[in-house]
Amino acid sequence: MSLVRTVLPYIISGISVGGQYALIAIGYTMVYGILRLINFAHGDVFMVAGLMMVYLTASLPLYISIPLMIILTVLIGFTIERVAYKPLRTAPRMSVMISAIGVSYLLQNLALYITGGLNKNYPAIPWISDRITVLGMETTRVTVITPFLTILLVVALVFLINHTKIGMAMRAVSVDFETSQLMGIKINNVISATFIIGTFLAAVGSVLYFTNYPGVVPTSGAMPGLKAFVAAVFGGIGSIPGAVIGAFIIGICESIIKGLDTILIVNGAITEQIGLATFSDAFTFILLIVILVFKPTGLFGEKTTDKV
Amino acid sequence: MIENKNRKSAWIAFVIVLLFLALVIVLDQIIKPTDKMYMLLTVLQKGSVYALAAVSMNLLNGYTGLFSLGHAGFMLIGAYTYAIFTIPSTARDTVYQYYDAAIRISFPEIFSGALGGFGTVLGVALAVILAGLMAALLAYLIGLPVLRLKSDYLAIATLGFAEIIRAVFQWSKLGPVTNGSNLLKSFARTSTFKLNLGGSTVSLSTFVPVLIATISITVIVLIVNSTYGRAFKAIRDDEVAAEAMGINLAKHKMISFVTSSFFAGVAGATMAMVLSIAQANNFKSAMTYEILLMVVLGGIGSISGSVIGAMLFISASEWWLRGLDSGSFLGINAPGVFRNGFRLVVFSVAIMIVVLFFRKGIMGEKELPDLFRKRKKAPVKEAAE
Amino acid sequence: MSEERKQVLKVENVTMQFGGVVAVNDLNLEVNEGEIVAIIGPNGAGKTTAFNVITGVYAPTNGRVYFDGKCIVENFPHGKMKKLYKGENAGAYSHATEPTPDALTKMGMARTFQNIRLWKSMTVFDNVLIAKHLKRTSNLFSAAFRGNRKEEQAQREEVLKLLEIVGLTDVKDELATSLPYGKQRRLEIARALATQPKLLLLDEPAAGMNPQETQELTHFIGEIRDQFGVTILLIEHHMDLVMDISDRIYVLDFGKLIAQGVPAEIQSNEKVIDAYLGVVDDAENP
Repeated sequence: MSLVRTVLPYIISGISVGGQYALIAIGYTMVYGILRLINFAHGDVFMVAGLMMVYLTASLPLYISIPLMIILTVLIGFTIERVAYKPLRTAPRMSVMISAIGVSYLLQNLALYITGGLNKNYPAIPWISDRITVLGMETTRVTVITPFLTILLVVALVFLINHTKIGMAMRAVSVDFETSQLMGIKINNVISATFIIGTFLAAVGSVLYFTNYPGVVPTSGAMPGLKAFVAAVFGGIGSIPGAVIGAFIIGICESIIKGLDTILIVNGAITEQIGLATFSDAFTFILLIVILVFKPTGLFGEKTTDKV
Repeated sequence: MIENKNRKSAWIAFVIVLLFLALVIVLDQIIKPTDKMYMLLTVLQKGSVYALAAVSMNLLNGYTGLFSLGHAGFMLIGAYTYAIFTIPSTARDTVYQYYDAAIRISFPEIFSGALGGFGTVLGVALAVILAGLMAALLAYLIGLPVLRLKSDYLAIATLGFAEIIRAVFQWSKLGPVTNGSNLLKSFARTSTFKLNLGGSTVSLSTFVPVLIATISITVIVLIVNSTYGRAFKAIRDDEVAAEAMGINLAKHKMISFVTSSFFAGVAGATMAMVLSIAQANNFKSAMTYEILLMVVLGGIGSISGSVIGAMLFISASEWWLRGLDSGSFLGINAPGVFRNGFRLVVFSVAIMIVVLFFRKGIMGEKELPDLFRKRKKAPVKEAAE
Repeated sequence: MSEERKQVLKVENVTMQFGGVVAVNDLNLEVNEGEIVAIIGPNGAGKTTAFNVITGVYAPTNGRVYFDGKCIVENFPHGKMKKLYKGENAGAYSHATEPTPDALTKMGMARTFQNIRLWKSMTVFDNVLIAKHLKRTSNLFSAAFRGNRKEEQAQREEVLKLLEIVGLTDVKDELATSLPYGKQRRLEIARALATQPKLLLLDEPAAGMNPQETQELTHFIGEIRDQFGVTILLIEHHMDLVMDISDRIYVLDFGKLIAQGVPAEIQSNEKVIDAYLGVVDDAENP
């Protein structure tokens, strides 16, 4: 019983973090599904969304700044695709990946310039950043809301992909890029739509994520971005449910590892802190490598073979 | 006849390299820390570290076609190995403030005891080689599961391993070896490298890193131009054909990965030597990205390109564009715009332009000597007709 | 043809099944030293799959391959295939020997590809020189520090000689991909020969060639056999070429061997004619 009581808070915060990762991971998995590109800049777009929120709320009320931030983030995502990825459509995959790394480098340096490298305090958003008590534990309201909002958004997205024209086009393009082009699908529109959806979700995710953290710095996006990508790989890249499940698993594991020392001490397994929290980030990658070695296509990925 | 020509150009290259090294020693003596040109020495020191890092990455990414993003991790191993084995016994307890240092060996000390000044050099050299070997050993272990993966999966898996290495080195339980999340310092660093010649001292602080980079890059060039280098290129161009022609993919990918990591380790050791500190937190994936961008800038598949790319990158970001950060640049005074960080913005925009519009980089797949050869060849052909 | 000829290749009960699809079904074939043997069959008959099994690209689902009297490849339905297996001789084998293609090339097998696979960024000379890599005795260190100068020099000379024989000396410094199609095919064959194979496998060497080029190639293949003393197994659709140079022919249809024999026998074989021309109703040809 004491095990459950010590572990439960970590699981709850893990589910919340997982939900935030899920919203970022969808952007990765959709872009990879269509362009076969690891969009290294996606995590940084997420960071930029956080920064814009900081600057917008300084002069505008929340009910204007939140939608405005989301619109601007989407615009940035769209522009990045048009400027940095579209010209490389016929180039080798490595070139596009390098371009993505270049964009990531640019966004981080831009953020460094604008913020002067200082930590920017994220605005407190009333109601969602209030502290509440759930199951006898004190936490913020956003922690509780996140998983539900995530699932709601994912359901809406799955509906969009399965039942609308643009969704069908997306599925067609992800199965066969060239054939869909021949069938008259406007590839560029589909790709733009993918980026718009991806960055929209990342923008929403940024509100949920940064509310629980003290502030935003230029490198804030790098780690959550990488982890969300790992979640996408873990679930089988290209699969939206896979990315969401992967994100929840990673979020929960990470949160438990952060508190593992305490959990083990309370339950008498060890007597002093052994610093396992150092591995909360690294564990994600251990998970990644295990899955890549034993099931390279992820939990829900499809198998592909090379033709000789 | 072809052989003779090659041998002749090899000699020319050798002489040029010797002259360059001599020039570096001279510069090291005449430029004083207060001079404006002192930046040149800083650029040469850091530039040679990054040039080696970029060339070793190019061996893997450019020549073998294995897109790996684990470079910072291997450099970290190199930097720590070097630092741990060159900390003098007198400084050890101050460095390992919170821990009881487990490794109590200092190579320069051991050898200088018996051999004097030469012993110190030998000790440092051994520590650098050990740094490379440790990185290579780890690369071998990582390569076993990872090298089977294809393109982007390989990239993300190696990136992951680099992050794991970083976490392990910061783990408090390994503190007696790695000093946990605290930095390592007081070890043998370039600023202390001097040569006593009959009363006068010759500073070697720039010469040593340049020499290490030159030797290492020369070895990489030799590998690339050997039968193994050709096999690597065959794997890059067409894996299936390479395998059908008897090239063992697993073995050759491993050779390339381990060799590249060995030199990444050496680069890491040299970096520790130049910066005089080693801290795990400096070796983030951002460092790998920077090295990759240097390779791209110079041209993927060109060794001299990587060297030029790294030198340009370091000169621009450390020296030429400094004004962009401090108020005035090219005579324009605009403290409002030209403030901290603007340099890196301009710089990253420039890199994006290269990535998007000059995809082949500065050198493409050519090497410096090719540029001279082309010019010579043209008139010969005309004469023959 | 004397009966004492040594057997170079023997494919025994080989079945290759992808998921539920049987691409090659219980194939048996033999190639003797010095022979030119052709595998023909309509598109999708499993010819290239058979090639890929012989050269180690795919591990067969069941069966054995012997090369030079030794069993080099063996497999039996296991794991997931245990239930899925639809082929014959299910219980005949119990070992799994699955060498990679490079190991087979070292044993003396070399191949060309249906869709030319030359190393694009390299010259004609380098393309052939790399195929000599497997004959090296030097390790990374001796190669890097030029301890293998003699070996390297000897290999370079061999490559020059080989290029001379196949008639590519004048283009040796050009990029492989800048050559006209026919020469690229020749280069692929030269590259395979550089590994000094006992058995040369040619996958549709005349694909995409016009009649004149095909005729030249026919001549060229015969020359290679005589000059290098290699045994040749080839897949081809150009019937003129096949009938001209083959000592024996195997015919595959839907993964199954439907006929084998000397060219004259194959030309008059009803099953073969049916397979190529299609049969309206099987009942008409019992």
